[in-house]
Amino acid sequence: MHDHHDHDYDAEESGIALRVKALEQILTDKGLVDPGALDAFVELFENRIGPQCGAAVVARAWSDEGYKARLLDDSSAAIAELGLGGLQGENLVVLENTDEVHNVVVCTLCSCYPWPVLGLPPRWYKSAPYRSRVVREPRAVLAEFGTVLPEDRRIRVWDSSAEIRYMVLPQRPAGTAGMDEAALAGIVTRDGMIGTAPL
Amino acid sequence: MNGAHDMGGMHGFGPVCRAPNEAVFHAEWERRMFGIAAAVPYAVPLGDDHLRRNIERIPAHEYLAVPYYELWFRSISGLLIEQGAITEDELARGTAAFAPLSQDAVRPSGVAQAVRDGASARAEVSDVPQRLAPGDIVRVSNDHPAYHTRVPRYVRGCVGRVMIDHGIFDFPDTKAQDAGACPQHCYSVEFTASEIWGADGDPTSTLAVDLWESHLTPAEETAPC
Repeated sequence: MHDHHDHDYDAEESGIALRVKALEQILTDKGLVDPGALDAFVELFENRIGPQCGAAVVARAWSDEGYKARLLDDSSAAIAELGLGGLQGENLVVLENTDEVHNVVVCTLCSCYPWPVLGLPPRWYKSAPYRSRVVREPRAVLAEFGTVLPEDRRIRVWDSSAEIRYMVLPQRPAGTAGMDEAALAGIVTRDGMIGTAPL
Repeated sequence: MNGAHDMGGMHGFGPVCRAPNEAVFHAEWERRMFGIAAAVPYAVPLGDDHLRRNIERIPAHEYLAVPYYELWFRSISGLLIEQGAITEDELARGTAAFAPLSQDAVRPSGVAQAVRDGASARAEVSDVPQRLAPGDIVRVSNDHPAYHTRVPRYVRGCVGRVMIDHGIFDFPDTKAQDAGACPQHCYSVEFTASEIWGADGDPTSTLAVDLWESHLTPAEETAPC
């Protein structure tokens, strides 16, 4: 999947871009959508709701044992403490990585992803290679992301086949004992919260 | 349905290609399509089950070829036509031919709260019959329906252990056919890789798949989980 500028330019001039424009025009004419509301949805998910939200949750869990316990017990309620939640994350479950088990999340059937904490998914998460392979050969896929786990580390692959949305709580890296919550949030990555990459 | 969307375990798609610092959207039409998909359910009742159902009905060779947000366009425009909110002719001409059905469009000032509120698929019922509990050994139905189901092909007929009871959720398999919400318990069921992939399965990995009670029957343990 390539996405060069030329390709986008062609799409803007013909085909799908024009059809989407026509759909928006009709729906606007009928009062079924407000173009300003479309802008607002885009702005939220392009600029405000993204992996930085999940990173704040992880940093809080690493810094506060009580919060971590609440997060693992009732994830939706715990992220609400940080003002997070809602669309495509109404029923969130946070999965803790430990010395025994490493969790990784996929949606083999479509593209389910925990929007309130990670935003919209990257292309690779929605792609056929990831969806087809991570359930069958997780260790090989993780290695491609640079994640080489001990051979006896159990990998649990979570296929988001219902309306539960999953986020991984990565293990706190060694050497971070002196870091405050803001600094910790800065080292948490999107892929770490999907479970494909180490921190 | 056994469509091209049901990809778990398929061979032949090559390596996972990643782009560093990928943008959220890759073209302006993707932004607009995302916005339409987010906004339109506030005015026209469109559920995720129907959206997925219509994506799965796109012919397999096209599903694999068209851009992600074009799948959304095809599904949503098709649903809007089915519901009588728009017509094929209007879409072709790009102008509305008949009066609005609704003035319930979500407004810019309401968007942040709408996103924060979400739209949970958790059922509005407190109790339904429940046959299973965490720890139970279960077998997944080996059905291959032509309609929408959330049972991935790779797990059909397999035996696993109920790990989590997530509570009561609407049932997509019936909802997407307009055959009722049939609320029931939804569980994370854990399977060993060898139960699913045979000798090829990584002995140190397991799979957790979310399934509804209708997909599961109590079973004897055949493989330790």
